[in-house]
Amino acid sequence: MTYTRPRFRNPHLPVNEIGYTQKDYEGALSTLCAGCGHDSISGAIVQACYELAIEPHRVAKMSGIGCSSKTPAYFLSNSHGFNSVHGRMPSVATGAYLANRDLVYFGVSGDGDTASIGMGQFVHAIRRNLNMVYLVMNNGCYGLTKGQDSATADLGSKSKSGHTNPFQAIDLAGLALELGASFVARSFSGDKTQLVPLLKAAMAHPGFAFIDVISPCVTFNNNPGSTKSYDYVREHLEATATIDFVPIKSEITTQYDAGSTKDLALHDESMIRLHKIAADWDPQNRWSAMNALHQARTKGEILTGLIFLDKGLQDLHTVLDTTDKPLNTLKQPELCPGSKALEEINAGLR
Amino acid sequence: MKATDIKDPEYFHKVVDCQYACPAHTPVPEYIRLIAAEQYTEAYMVNWESNVFPGVLGRTCDRPCEPACRRGRVEEEPVAICRLKRVAADHKGDVKHLMPKPAETKNGKRIALIGGGPASLTVARDLAPLGYEIHLYDEQDLAGGMMRSQIPSFRLPAEVLNEEVNFILDMGIHTHLKTYVSSLKEVLEKDYDAIFVGTGAPRGRDLPDLPGRWEAAQSIHIGIEWLASVAFEHTSKIGKKVIVLGGGNTAMDCCRTSRRLGGDEVKVVVRSPFSEMKASPWEKEDAMHEDIPILDCHVPKSFVTENGVLKGMTFEKVHAVYDEKGRRSLVSTGEPDVFIEADEVLMAIGQENSFPWIERDLGIEFDKWEMPMVDSVTFQSTHPKVFFGGDSAFGPKNVITAVAHGHQAAVSIDLFCRGESLQKRPDPMTNLVSQKMGIHEWSYDNAVVDDLRYVVPQADKTMTLANRKVEVELGFNLSVGFKEAQRCLNCDVQTVFNTSRCIECDACMDICPTSCITFTTTGPEEELRQRLIAPAPNTSQYLSVSDLLKTGRVMVKDEDVCLHCGLCAERCPTAAWDMQQYLYSVTKACKLPGAVI
Ligand SMILES: Cc1cc2nc3c(=O)[nH]c(=O)nc-3n(C[C@H](O)[C@H](O)[C@H](O)COP(=O)(O)OP(=O)(O)OC[C@H]3O[C@@H](n4cnc5c(N)ncnc54)[C@H](O)[C@@H]3O)c2cc1C
Ligand SMILES: Cc1ncc(C[n+]2csc(CCOP(=O)(O)OP(=O)(O)O)c2C)c(N)n1
Ligand code: SF4
Ligand code: SF4
Ligand code: SF4
Ligand SMILES: [Mg+2]
Repeated sequence: MTYTRPRFRNPHLPVNEIGYTQKDYEGALSTLCAGCGHDSISGAIVQACYELAIEPHRVAKMSGIGCSSKTPAYFLSNSHGFNSVHGRMPSVATGAYLANRDLVYFGVSGDGDTASIGMGQFVHAIRRNLNMVYLVMNNGCYGLTKGQDSATADLGSKSKSGHTNPFQAIDLAGLALELGASFVARSFSGDKTQLVPLLKAAMAHPGFAFIDVISPCVTFNNNPGSTKSYDYVREHLEATATIDFVPIKSEITTQYDAGSTKDLALHDESMIRLHKIAADWDPQNRWSAMNALHQARTKGEILTGLIFLDKGLQDLHTVLDTTDKPLNTLKQPELCPGSKALEEINAGLR
Repeated sequence: MKATDIKDPEYFHKVVDCQYACPAHTPVPEYIRLIAAEQYTEAYMVNWESNVFPGVLGRTCDRPCEPACRRGRVEEEPVAICRLKRVAADHKGDVKHLMPKPAETKNGKRIALIGGGPASLTVARDLAPLGYEIHLYDEQDLAGGMMRSQIPSFRLPAEVLNEEVNFILDMGIHTHLKTYVSSLKEVLEKDYDAIFVGTGAPRGRDLPDLPGRWEAAQSIHIGIEWLASVAFEHTSKIGKKVIVLGGGNTAMDCCRTSRRLGGDEVKVVVRSPFSEMKASPWEKEDAMHEDIPILDCHVPKSFVTENGVLKGMTFEKVHAVYDEKGRRSLVSTGEPDVFIEADEVLMAIGQENSFPWIERDLGIEFDKWEMPMVDSVTFQSTHPKVFFGGDSAFGPKNVITAVAHGHQAAVSIDLFCRGESLQKRPDPMTNLVSQKMGIHEWSYDNAVVDDLRYVVPQADKTMTLANRKVEVELGFNLSVGFKEAQRCLNCDVQTVFNTSRCIECDACMDICPTSCITFTTTGPEEELRQRLIAPAPNTSQYLSVSDLLKTGRVMVKDEDVCLHCGLCAERCPTAAWDMQQYLYSVTKACKLPGAVI
């Protein structure tokens, strides 16, 4: 009986701009159930970080409790990480972000972790516009505790044991929109061609980037009648647009019909390029985004892709006018500027 | 690309790189696993069934399997496939009772085998149990061919060879030793039902026109003749200073034998650059380890003699120049010629076929190089009753090739004697069996060990140089043999994909350590190879492509660097992947009584 990952890798693996292969972004071997959607999302995160050529030590992975919140162990082994308490990831992330603004904060949560016990924390992280990615691996159930319905389970969705969910679902993307999140997207664990560019754009976005990723729980919520099963989700997907993430200085080679393409610049000169954009949807208009979400829901469809982007909102550090350096780099002269500086301050208060 | 047809027996066969590269298609991973399980007798029999001479080959095989071994592509060095074979041979128990018995009733057919080398012996082994009466002719005192006359005892002890030759001769073979066949016509007149020619490539090349060649003829020898006369104990010493001409394995055997017969200053002198010499790298290493310098880029110009006594040779120094097509020419460096002293010279500069004993009016056609026209599948000549195999068929190769030819010639002879078409050859025997035993539980050791290749220990040089019969290599001991066996990746345990079960969760693609699996839209092979997660540049190994999946994509797997670790199957929630052992046994005339398949 052996279940270990061999050390050998494909000798033809390409390297990114900083000389790393995808292997350098891997984590430990997953202990989740075989076929769990969460593992695919981990794979997409590895791929996105590799493609962005992020130095792994510049990333901090934050999570709560749940199968989803376990996944940071399975990607980016060379990054920082904090596996916090159930539903409390946002407050730990807030503290970390205030202490060191230079890291890329990657929060991973579950639908239980966010939409139930962690709801209070979640809404305040949005309100404060922390510069972080907040990804919910949404399987409509509490996977880790054996599949109880979560607050994102759809009304009428059938569980494995055959009972029907009598409650309305919380749409986390809709909630994020309502609360003023600056980046809102939805995707599906089984569609890396969409998820990877979304993850890259979310990491490049200088504010709170929320991604709701439908991620089937193969063990407890992949049965017929469930609205979070692989088959159901695949049959009901509808995308706002096809998305490409375009890093600085690169050229696009694929050709699309003029008119159906839209470029959205991000602060670091990279941009999001959308093709085949849905009719009546403007990603930079919050009403239009809400409208698109509601319309899809009425039609029984799951709207995926980028939903909303607001580049104008100030992030928490800007709002609070904090120091632009990580606290751990501040030395004594800055922290204790001396009696002369004190006198000046006192004089100013007189 | 079209979906892969795994029912084609050749598909998975090619994935087992070593077995595919082995001319006799020995099921390598199967015997390596048996060694790891301490089942040496069974491991020996798996070999014996395929390659007839496991003890001999475990010491001397040219090992085309090793450069092909997958381990060399994902790590650095291949599995020591050849030397593991020796572990099986050295530690086997009683095997005689596992071998086919001579047929109790004869089938009335008589076959003549001319030459007693590995090719003929293989034909004998495959046909005798079927009831054929076999007559084997050889001019030497003992059967074995060049395995006896050429391969020196310090590489292959006589006892090892005798044991494996006798396994065959004991099947009731009629031997006619010390019998040189001087006329094929006479043999044909004896009314054999078929004749197999396995006379090898017995003629060593000479330099008849080099100045001085004939003045000191008693000190200048043709390498293979000299080695044979050492093997049969007609020669027991050589001068102190020896030049060996040539850069192939024969040159290596000549120089190393010279060191044991009194040659103190033995030099190998070769025309080509060192890196292009024909000798295997390990043969060169072994020679240099015995203090034999190899002088490359020296072209022989003359033998220098004084009063009929050899003094040495002169050489022109050259370097290699290549034209646009990569063709090499050796161009003089312009330096003065080099003189090298020598008491004796051995010429190991090539080997040729020669058939002075085959009359040219018997219906056997020869080509312009005086080689018989032989069918490369059936080994039949243009005379329906006469078959060729081993070095006599297509020129000098090696023991394992001779064995492979022998098996196929035996199939043909059997079909021929039964009046059936030689073209309609029976299919290989194949079997595909799931290895799943439970969660995280496979019936093979799926863990991939990191160990680097182990080195085979050698006996002390002072001992081996003092006696030409002392074997140099000691072989792996059992614990090192086990560790080396564990390096094998079990390439015969195949990843079998079932399209209809796949739910496209990507689990296999995400887990695969060597990024072999990609789910994508299909396309032409060349283009597809470029856009997989990791490009698949090695076109000599397959891409496996599934039927269309629900999302319109296909599963594409690059078979080239798969570790057969089973993680894809382990992570698949629907068992769309399974690990299944593929056994492939090449078509042979006679099956073993208890053969695995
Ligand atoms: C120096 C040297 C070292 C080698 N080392 C290796 C090695 O390490 N590993 C390896 O795989 N291969 C090695 N080889 C090659 C290998 O020995 C041959 O390829 C192989 O033995 C060929 O087998 P065969 O059955 O075709 O014929 P052979 O082995 O050549 O046997 C032919 C037999 O036919 C007999 N014969 C020929 N003509 C007649 C006749 N007219 N009448 C009666 N008998 C006849 C000969 O006496 C001989 O016994 C070596 C070759 C040489 C020269
Ligand atoms: C404070 C607290 N309350 C309850 C639990 C029990 N618990 C563990 S995981 C979990 C739900 C996880 O659901 P979700 O976040 O959707 O993760 P999933 O396993 O579905 O990925 C709960 C209720 C806990 N660990 N801690
Ligand atoms: S229980 Fe569900 S969510 Fe948890 S690992 Fe298993 S499949 Fe994934
Ligand atoms: S790893 Fe084992 S099975 Fe694979 S090619 Fe090498 S020896 Fe053969
Ligand atoms: S067995 Fe499966 S997981 Fe392992 S290397 Fe091969 S394809 Fe990849
Ligand atoms: Mg959940």
